[in-house]
Amino acid sequence: MRIGIDVGGTNTDAVLMDGDRVLAAVKAATTPDVTSGIVTALDGLQAGHPFPPADVQAVMIGTTHFINALVQARDLAPTAALRLGLPATASLPPMVDWPGRLVEAIAGRAYLAHGGHEFDGRPISALDEDELRRHAADMAANGVRSVAISSVFSPVNTEFEVRAAELVAEVIGPDVPVSLSHEIGRVGLLERENATIINAALRELAAGIVDGLAASIAGHGITAPLYLSQNDGTLMDVEFARRYPVATFASGPTNSMRGAAVLSGLGTCAVVDVGGTTTDVGVLTGGFPREATVEVSVAGIRTNFRMPDVLSVGLGGGSLVRGSGTDTTVGPDSVGYRLTEQALVFGGNVLTATDVAVAAGRVEIGDSSLVAGLDPADVAAALERIATDVADVVDRMRISADPLPVVAVGGGSVLLPESFPGLGAVHRPEHFAVANAIGAAIAQVGGEVDRVFAIAPGRRDAAVDEARQEAVDRAVVAGADPATVEIVDFDEVPIPYLPGNATRIRCKAVGDLRIEQAAGRRA
Amino acid sequence: MTGVITDRLTTIGADDLEALARGAAVLGTGGGGDPYIGRLLAAQALREHGPVRLVHPADLPDGAVVFPVAMMGAPTVMVEKTPSTERIGAAVAALAEFLGVTPTHIACIEAGGVNSTFPLVAAAQLGLPVVDGDGMGRAFPELQMVLPTLSGIPCTPMSIADEKGNIGVLNTVDNHAAEALARSLTITMGCAAIISNYVMSGAQARESLVPGTLSLCTRIGRRLDRVRAEHGDAVAAVADELGGRVLHAGKVSDVARRTLTGFARGTAIISGTAPMADPASRSAAGDLTLEFQNEHLMAVRHGIVEVTTPDLIVVLDTDTGEPVTTEALRFGHRVTVVAAPTDERWHSPGGIALVGPRYFGYDTDPVRFDARERP
Repeated sequence: MRIGIDVGGTNTDAVLMDGDRVLAAVKAATTPDVTSGIVTALDGLQAGHPFPPADVQAVMIGTTHFINALVQARDLAPTAALRLGLPATASLPPMVDWPGRLVEAIAGRAYLAHGGHEFDGRPISALDEDELRRHAADMAANGVRSVAISSVFSPVNTEFEVRAAELVAEVIGPDVPVSLSHEIGRVGLLERENATIINAALRELAAGIVDGLAASIAGHGITAPLYLSQNDGTLMDVEFARRYPVATFASGPTNSMRGAAVLSGLGTCAVVDVGGTTTDVGVLTGGFPREATVEVSVAGIRTNFRMPDVLSVGLGGGSLVRGSGTDTTVGPDSVGYRLTEQALVFGGNVLTATDVAVAAGRVEIGDSSLVAGLDPADVAAALERIATDVADVVDRMRISADPLPVVAVGGGSVLLPESFPGLGAVHRPEHFAVANAIGAAIAQVGGEVDRVFAIAPGRRDAAVDEARQEAVDRAVVAGADPATVEIVDFDEVPIPYLPGNATRIRCKAVGDLRIEQAAGRRA
Repeated sequence: MTGVITDRLTTIGADDLEALARGAAVLGTGGGGDPYIGRLLAAQALREHGPVRLVHPADLPDGAVVFPVAMMGAPTVMVEKTPSTERIGAAVAALAEFLGVTPTHIACIEAGGVNSTFPLVAAAQLGLPVVDGDGMGRAFPELQMVLPTLSGIPCTPMSIADEKGNIGVLNTVDNHAAEALARSLTITMGCAAIISNYVMSGAQARESLVPGTLSLCTRIGRRLDRVRAEHGDAVAAVADELGGRVLHAGKVSDVARRTLTGFARGTAIISGTAPMADPASRSAAGDLTLEFQNEHLMAVRHGIVEVTTPDLIVVLDTDTGEPVTTEALRFGHRVTVVAAPTDERWHSPGGIALVGPRYFGYDTDPVRFDARERP
């Protein structure tokens, strides 16, 4: 048995699963300390389907806690950003494009040092060890509690970041965590460095949260290993989570999508997650969310780490309905959490999407007699508008002319029709309201490579093989069962204006969690 | 039009840069590099030194000494090994010293893409005005592909500087040789170097630069912002600013890329769709095939060449009007293709020899943005 938990901004959802079968599912309110909401949810699972804690083989948690901490600029550690690249890069120092309040929130200090590599692996300049020791001493003197190190072209050559980390630790002590950019982001110095600094600033909080999560699980007598889910729908163990909290940032939508896939049995599909205010649409290919290819701005900071490609539209259960006939509009404004006061079916005076769904008999919520007077033609027009708008978003997310099945999840999915014109039937699986917790519970383990390869004539196959093998190896190191690992994503883009047929290769491998062996390594 | 936008800017300050960079990406026609880093560098320089004065080529005195500045190399490298602003000024200073002249104006050799911004850094540092114009009116990949070449202005002596302090001054037999030699130096310098070349007099600048292109970039950027705020048709606004036409709207259904001699060559197929929100004006049926080599160079429909270099083929996100680079083109992207006229001088026999479709290896005569055959 496994337990999957999704800690969202409002609700903490939890499921108890046996393989792909859902034994129990609960929703509890998310609490400010996170852990007591989880405790309540675990109690709910026990009540719904009593189980011996020893039978639980793994607990998987998805949480928005870290991204919320960044957005709200709270619980962030005083952080130093050390960049290796002089004499290059000096004009745009670390955090150059950050919102001032976030630089303040992390008491951000920027240091520039010699080092870095050219695109082909030649050093820009040698490391200056004295310079690095001086910087580290200054960090220590100024109360820095976490360090982010970036080096130019470290995705091509990691050597300088690794060596600089050793030198900094010698001076500042082993208790100050060091985050290295090549382990976090891609080519694109400022974006990769930004993600690394964010990660560094969250590491104290990560240690506390991870301890709290582990304690709340242990408090229920569960001794199974604990995992956190990542942006790409794969898992990390708690040690990894302490080191890379930034990798949890987009796990919410990812878990919803992955859960929808398992519930519907569809590995390649569009997932429509309808909430109270917005509808999020993502696409799964081979069971994994398609990634966004452009830079993603988080709390006003430009980053380039892996995030799912999700298109949102302001349409949900609380959306305002206006007009009639072909002029009918639904959303983008919403009554939000005040649905239960303002919607007609709850005695309010605002016509919402929920009222329309009740009037059409799609769902029973509130007092249906309060919408009995609505003109059936207007109700039909509003539902038609919702169907058209959502179908348009789904169509935008399609990447080929091939039919793409649609799976609807989330409480608001009752607004959707049985089928979309041109897209076919809408799958509405059982347990759709807790798809995110299910997504966490069934997550797998992955490994990824994203590097620029200089491909000599006739050597393309060798470079491709090297990238694939490295991705597989990384997945196995991360805890995947080698027998189940496969390549799920491969992307090869030649880089313009560069000589030597430089090609950026991205490759991702994924496998099932090696559960039996993992049981012995609980953190 | 609300009339808030003046036709011609007289200064460029830090607040103008976002609009300028966005418009420059449009003129980049898929290439030229993402102006993001250049914008940040220019913003630093303009905040430090104050706004830079912008001088229209028509207002240049005959005796002005104009120094163009640009970045040469791979934008992919530049986003990793970000340039240092003092090297940008150093490239100008080294060439001025070699020539024994004092620069009076800085100019932009390429308005499309990242090279719209580097001259602003040099100008701010050196306290000089920038010419509101450039040597191409768009983006092209090689040094000799500028209108000053057609006017007989030599590319060299030119300077080339890296971030380590190395500076070279080249003197070459012709502008093609300058391209070849500077390219190999650039690679040795780590694939991103700052150059200053095509030094010209005010009279020569009036004759050979495309006037008003920095103003045009800024105007496009601002108009995109405004149209979006008003939920208007961003693509139509860009087409209008460029004096072009919407050639096609649809969904990217295939992208094939290959690297040859350092160029990202490729083909993208845009399948025509019947847009849900839009009328017949964009309902061009069938598929449009785009051929690109860094920049978009040719558009073909049903086997018929619809438009080619040197005219502009601009790919925009259908919803937002944001320019889409050839690197970012991907399956499923909803895009609209706009064809727009280039500077008329590019259509001279010399211009066509320099940047026409045959130079890039396509076996076709040039076709203009409105599908006219060359006379």
